[in-house]
Amino acid sequence: MKKITYTDINDTRSGFGAGLLEAGKKNKNVVAMCADLIGSLKMDAFKDEFPERFFQVGISEANMIGMAGGLATAGKIPVTGTFANFSTARVLDQVRQTVAYSNKNVKICASHAGLTLGEDGATHQTMEDISMMKNLPNMVVINPCDYNQTKAATEAIMEYVGPVYLRFGRPKVPNFTPADQEFKIGEALMLNEGADVSIFATGHMVWKSIEAGEILAEKGIDVEIINIHTIKPMDKEAVLKSAAKTGCVVTAEEHLRNGGLGDNIAQILALNNPLPMEMVAVDDKFGESGTPDELMTKYGLDAKDIVAAVERVIARK
Amino acid sequence: MADIKQLQDFATQVRRDILRMVHAVSSGHPGGSLGATDFVTALYQEIMEHNASNFNMEANGEDVFFLSNGHISPMWYSVLAHSGYFAVSELATFRKLNSRLQGHPTTAEGLEGIRMASGSLGQGLSVALGVALAKKLDGDNHLVYTLHGDGELDEGQIWEAALYAGAKKIDNIIATVDYNKQQIDGSIEHVMDLGDLGAKWRAFGWQVMEMQGNDMADIIKVMAEAKAATGKGKPIAILMHTEMGAGVDFMEGTHQWHGKAPNDDQLATALAQLPETLGDY
Repeated sequence: MKKITYTDINDTRSGFGAGLLEAGKKNKNVVAMCADLIGSLKMDAFKDEFPERFFQVGISEANMIGMAGGLATAGKIPVTGTFANFSTARVLDQVRQTVAYSNKNVKICASHAGLTLGEDGATHQTMEDISMMKNLPNMVVINPCDYNQTKAATEAIMEYVGPVYLRFGRPKVPNFTPADQEFKIGEALMLNEGADVSIFATGHMVWKSIEAGEILAEKGIDVEIINIHTIKPMDKEAVLKSAAKTGCVVTAEEHLRNGGLGDNIAQILALNNPLPMEMVAVDDKFGESGTPDELMTKYGLDAKDIVAAVERVIARK
Repeated sequence: MADIKQLQDFATQVRRDILRMVHAVSSGHPGGSLGATDFVTALYQEIMEHNASNFNMEANGEDVFFLSNGHISPMWYSVLAHSGYFAVSELATFRKLNSRLQGHPTTAEGLEGIRMASGSLGQGLSVALGVALAKKLDGDNHLVYTLHGDGELDEGQIWEAALYAGAKKIDNIIATVDYNKQQIDGSIEHVMDLGDLGAKWRAFGWQVMEMQGNDMADIIKVMAEAKAATGKGKPIAILMHTEMGAGVDFMEGTHQWHGKAPNDDQLATALAQLPETLGDY
């Protein structure tokens, strides 16, 4: 296991805010909308720099998605900002008809995804959003892992023409990807080459996988860690290549087991190269109030859970 | 100066098309389509500045229309075809497999004239606001028009959009409500009474006008007034009084033809009331 270090601790939503500002500077067609959560989404800098291109829509997410569809129709690149639950479940039919089916160039940018939203509890903690968004034809689904990658992803999705769901989070987490690393939609990133098991992780679980890899290295297990920042389109070749090499797979995500990253990987393996596989994800249940760390522990999303999954899957080889 | 007779003849052909299209596939929504025919005919033939021969999705430098109650698609398809967006002969493919003329309008098949899918109700006003904002950003002083069913106003998103437009003074939009007072399960009054509808829009910050939607002369007059009222800090809502099924005597004034196609005899009876004007597809 090579040593992977982080430069600082920062939140992915701040990466989004910084990326949005850069994208706004680069392209005057980038416009942003927010449903009364400017501070939470870190959209202040864009709003201050480009007030005429920023639209406060109030707490009316359905209207925001519809307006985004209209702005995109007229050639703008609209970015919608609210929490992940209100970006998906709250507006699923609007996203379906006005964004995905109509294939509009709308960027749905969603913060506070997953359990790490924390104390607000299950009403706000979506662990179903990836499932809903990846099931919509035309929709690209991206879940970056740290500040730098979220910033890069935010800038990259503005260059791509089509609907995108960009998912990020609330807590400050290790920022370890290189600041100058190019973000390529749909291209998995190799973090550590290994021989015994392939760990495919997304979002906050990428760093947890690195922590798990270090623990496993001490036990003599050589893990391959791949960052799947793009859930859809999935980098099928990278998945199959790594799985064929190591012979077993673990997936890790801050999402329900049903409908998440693991589902996709299982489908790819089942259809092409069936291999032992374990999924680190949340069972079929809602979250609850607690600190992010407490919740990740209670719901089985810690490094030790990845370690245990790796040991189980290697035993099944 | 509008040629009322010419517009009425156009509308008569559209009504024939609607009935034949719906009859051919034994499905679709003739009632609302017939009621809104005069208005949409007037929009495309008289009121809007638009470019039919060179369809531009972004609608820069032209007026734009969104049909929010997408189920009255046969009417829109006929108006678009006779306005030059696509071949009139294509109307024969309505609701058939591999057609660009889907049951509800869509951009997915690349049909000229359609800029947004509609069908799941309540979404078109928001879309129109997005285009209206883009036009303001671009310094394009053309207008955005919409049509909504009155039953569609049951949807909460309509009122989210109405609130936004009033609060943010989006004054380059004219939203028309097809106030035929019927919805699928019966009369508006019976299903979900809209109460004082004008007062509702006014309370949301809109200027409200009323129009007789099956009277071509009144449509031309009121729409000119509506256009003149844009750019003054308020969005415009028009309560358009229509008869569901207008133009076919046995279809008028009832919700029974909302989503039902005529049989062979009923089609013959209806077409006898609507002489061919521009030529059938």
